[in-house]
Amino acid sequence: MGSYVRPAELDEALAALAAGGRVIVAGGTDYYPARVGRPLDDDVLDITGITALRGIVERDDHWRFGALATWSDLIDAKLPPLFAGLKLAAREVGGVQIQNAGTICGNLCNASPAADGVPNLLALDASVELASAAGTRRLPIAAFITGNRKTIRRADEVMTALLVPKPRGAARSHFLKLGARRYLVISIVMAGGVIETARDNSVSAARIAVGSCSAVAQRLPALERALIGRPLDARLADAVEVGQLAPLSPIDDMRGTAAYRGDATLTLLRRLLSDLVAGRT
Amino acid sequence: MRSPAERVAFSLNGHAVAVHVDPVRRLADVLREELGLTGTKIGCNAGDCGACTVLLDGRQICACLVPAAQVAGRQVTTVEGLAQDGKLSALQAAFHVHGAAQCGICTPGMLMASADLLARRPQPTEAEVLDGLGGVLCRCTGYRKIVEAVMSVGPAARAVEPPAGKAVGARLPKTDGLAKVTGTERFGADLWPKDSLVLRAIRSPYHHARFVLGDFSPLFAKYPDLVRVLTARDVPGQNRYGIYPTGKDQPALAESHVRHRGEAVVALVGDDATVAAIRDDEVTIAWQELPKLSGIDAALAPGAPALHAEHPDNVLISGRVARGDVARSLTASAHVAEGEFETGFVEHAYIEPEAGYARRVGDRIEIVACTQTPYMDRDEIALILGLKPEQVRIVPSAVGGGFGGKLDLSLQPLIAIAAWLTRRPVRCVYTRPESMTSTTKRHPARMRARFGCDAAGKLTAVEFHGDFNTGAYASWGPTVANRVPVHAMGPYAVPAVRCTSRAIYTNDTPAGAFRGFGVPQAAIAHEALMDELAASCGLDPLEFRQRNALARGSTTATGHRLEASAGLPACLEALAPAWRAARAAADAYNRMATTIRRGVGIGCMWYGIGNTSMSNPSTMKVGLSRDGHVTLYSGAVDIGQGSNTIMAQICADALGLPVGAFRLVTGDTDLTADAGKTSASRQTFVSGNAARLAGEDLRRQILRLANVGDGATLALDGARLTLRDGGATRGIILAALPGKSDGDVLVGTGRFDPPTTPLDADGQGVPYATYAFAAQMAEVAVDVELGLVKVTRIVAAHDVGRAINPTQVEGQIHGGIAQGLGLALMEEFIPGRTENLHDYLIPTFGDMPAIECILVEDAEPLGPYGAKGIGEPALVPTAPAILGAIHHATGVRLRRVPATPDRVRAALLAAAQVNSRKAAE
Repeated sequence: MGSYVRPAELDEALAALAAGGRVIVAGGTDYYPARVGRPLDDDVLDITGITALRGIVERDDHWRFGALATWSDLIDAKLPPLFAGLKLAAREVGGVQIQNAGTICGNLCNASPAADGVPNLLALDASVELASAAGTRRLPIAAFITGNRKTIRRADEVMTALLVPKPRGAARSHFLKLGARRYLVISIVMAGGVIETARDNSVSAARIAVGSCSAVAQRLPALERALIGRPLDARLADAVEVGQLAPLSPIDDMRGTAAYRGDATLTLLRRLLSDLVAGRT
Repeated sequence: MRSPAERVAFSLNGHAVAVHVDPVRRLADVLREELGLTGTKIGCNAGDCGACTVLLDGRQICACLVPAAQVAGRQVTTVEGLAQDGKLSALQAAFHVHGAAQCGICTPGMLMASADLLARRPQPTEAEVLDGLGGVLCRCTGYRKIVEAVMSVGPAARAVEPPAGKAVGARLPKTDGLAKVTGTERFGADLWPKDSLVLRAIRSPYHHARFVLGDFSPLFAKYPDLVRVLTARDVPGQNRYGIYPTGKDQPALAESHVRHRGEAVVALVGDDATVAAIRDDEVTIAWQELPKLSGIDAALAPGAPALHAEHPDNVLISGRVARGDVARSLTASAHVAEGEFETGFVEHAYIEPEAGYARRVGDRIEIVACTQTPYMDRDEIALILGLKPEQVRIVPSAVGGGFGGKLDLSLQPLIAIAAWLTRRPVRCVYTRPESMTSTTKRHPARMRARFGCDAAGKLTAVEFHGDFNTGAYASWGPTVANRVPVHAMGPYAVPAVRCTSRAIYTNDTPAGAFRGFGVPQAAIAHEALMDELAASCGLDPLEFRQRNALARGSTTATGHRLEASAGLPACLEALAPAWRAARAAADAYNRMATTIRRGVGIGCMWYGIGNTSMSNPSTMKVGLSRDGHVTLYSGAVDIGQGSNTIMAQICADALGLPVGAFRLVTGDTDLTADAGKTSASRQTFVSGNAARLAGEDLRRQILRLANVGDGATLALDGARLTLRDGGATRGIILAALPGKSDGDVLVGTGRFDPPTTPLDADGQGVPYATYAFAAQMAEVAVDVELGLVKVTRIVAAHDVGRAINPTQVEGQIHGGIAQGLGLALMEEFIPGRTENLHDYLIPTFGDMPAIECILVEDAEPLGPYGAKGIGEPALVPTAPAILGAIHHATGVRLRRVPATPDRVRAALLAAAQVNSRKAAE
């Protein structure tokens, strides 16, 4: 027997969580698929009534995505080129139905190795804000997701927002997803990246991440280092080398072999960089 | 059920409503079960298929993913809200006229996604339509006619009804189309008596196991509203069923041994909430897992245990067609091509999971469920319940896609037993994983073939052997084993042939009927080898096929001389201009390109219409009532392919009245005669003939009654029938005729059984009365760095004899191509691993190419107005054409499907390695 609460205020939600663990539901796009043909008997906290968790707002040094911001909210929001990659990822999350219901924060909390949002959020250096009756803490995403469907969120915590810092220089971003069909597909490999440029048009900062090739999407520091200082020209993609994929640990599954994933990752990374140089995002 | 239920008030289609429900209940369930709006369909309950798409505050969402409490105070719009004052919206009208709905199960979701899109983008581009509708899956249409409909929404969409005598050949919208675009069509899950109990099967989690049932009394104690737990001991009659009289090897409920994952072991019967609340692990079953025979090799290995004692070697059946001296002919051939080819399990993935209800009426049982074969269901259920066939009534619901998957019994035995024993109506709806785990698949095949030809490019001999994994039970394995050897040499004249096949039992999911019965698999082999022989001869692949195509006057490998309607040469001729232009364009493109390479491939096929060397008759009746209604009593089940429309068109022209005057009674075994199965592409040819004969019979009776000549025209005005013959006019007042109890004063009957002969030990004889032929051409773009194949265009030339309804023929071709594309590139069911619609991939809106259909009408003298069949033929040539195109683009031949990106890339890398080694030497 489960109970259901849908408070209008965050404090009520935190009090409910403090009283005992609950499954948190927002867009429902992960909750229901995990319960096909099974009873819906969990204790549920539905956070969609908490208006304070809605919206995407720009602050002095960061953007704040409320926990209820959906993929469609993101697509519709006026945001700088820094978010072009994340917007592309948003369009790859299920169909429009899923984009209208599913939340960016929910994608993080579900922590699938193939979560479409994660590579770009890593590349955006995003942090999450977790609230509980005991207080609020902020964590970088890389610290928040700890494994395949594992996060550091405690049972008494709810994610209240996602925070994306403003870059120092001009920034552009991109996202590429490889799947065996168009639409509604779980990726075989995906790559997301943000590049910041200096006045001389050289790369001043690079953050590149790959998803579906490890339990948690991974940044590629060696590649990022190799990009720094390079001119933003047609040869940028030449910086990609196989040794930079060391953080990845792809597996064989029905979507592709490990060898294929490694091979395709190199291609995706080169194309990601070429597209970033050419402004094809 | 959690407590307490909450009051949720919202606006539904513009009206204020309030329900008291579990706040976390899916909106889709609330709409259907609490509010009775069954227009919103449930295909997966996981957001994978989009069938349940509704608008929430004007934006499309999956109603299966929304907690009821979230819609409080908001606006929900469903398909029932589209038509205003009984008038179709422009969008619905466009769907109706363009043939955008086939089975109709995805149609409400498609309409709602379209409504969302059009509200934002009244004149969308094609790319916007694809993006906007990309979240809804369709398995019938191939999507193209839906795109066409959405892009042409306007005030003009109105169909013109053909006058008397002009129905055949007309682009008549579906006779059952309005129900499909308004959401009023009733599928298996949409019908249930109010007091129904609900049944849920508990299934084996193991591929192979023995089990002992535990004590269920604690379960009854914990759930007082649990009415019954059915086990094998409750089966009143014989606990065995199967398609063939000699092959009844499948239990309704397993006795102590399960042979595949998903096999039903017990069935819980109770009220909805109770049955939903019980977790599988609360039903005590002691399992002993056994080693499984997975795949053909394991089952054929020396010492492998037998799945069924009657088949100690695990070989269910063998098939064979032999003619001429193959060994000698191959030796003497100028060129020989050979290869081994492999295909996997393919899931039907109809968007409607199996559903229906049963109720006991005195000493009879009635089953209302989705099916492709009411009379076979009737006879099987009679055996299982220990009743006479007449005590069983099958009333087919609308069928939300079948493709062969609803030719076998699924839930019917369970709900029938439960309703019989409890004397209460019992309802069951399969979940998507349950449907995928427990019902039949396309047979995985391993095929080895050798093709020989002479120096002039004429085929000399074909040797073929195919092993087909039939899974744990026989199902339609014998049909596959018999049909494949007849077709495995392809649609070509070959003097020496030895084609053999076997169906092998394994502990995999049972394989049964799936659009083509093994022929699509065999076509992958024969078309690959045809391409290779063409290359050996230095001939163009199309030209090589032209030299060998079966034609009028040819003799087939079974010794059947084709006297008429063999239109492959015409199909090839029609395809040739597009083929030559596309091949040249691809070659020119590839001279410049590196990463993306283009290719063009061809696939040919033939397909025998109707059952193989078996009587498969159809009987149709048409009645004229005292109040002036024409009713066609058709036992042919329309599974979306359109027989409800085709039968009416044919019968109308045979009778001489406008098709608009017709009403239809379909499928019900109490009200219609046996029309046979909706399978083997037989309904247009076989039942169409019966409909024609019934119409002609009624016409004869009318003419005789009025004493007018054969050329008379008929006109119906209310209950008055007017006949004009030359200058003479006669009237018949129908109400004045001596009546029959059902209101029909005149009834015409037609029966047709296609003339075939048995096949001898060498497979010689006339297995089919007629064959369909086709040639398709596919253009692809291969991303060689990623192994990603995009099909960009298909031209499909099909000899259908006569297109009774060109819109529907095109719809079948589009849908067949979509399934062929899936077979070629992405579909592979892996038992235990791909049991949902996000791990098992079928093509989406974004995967379908532009399609051009060329309808070749080489009339079949035996067919109704010359017609043959199109359902399965549409699928067969697509995968070979795509695989040929990949080869043309890259030089690599994929011998195992699906050609997923990793397999294509691996093949490209392997070929590159071979080339560089050669270069180094």
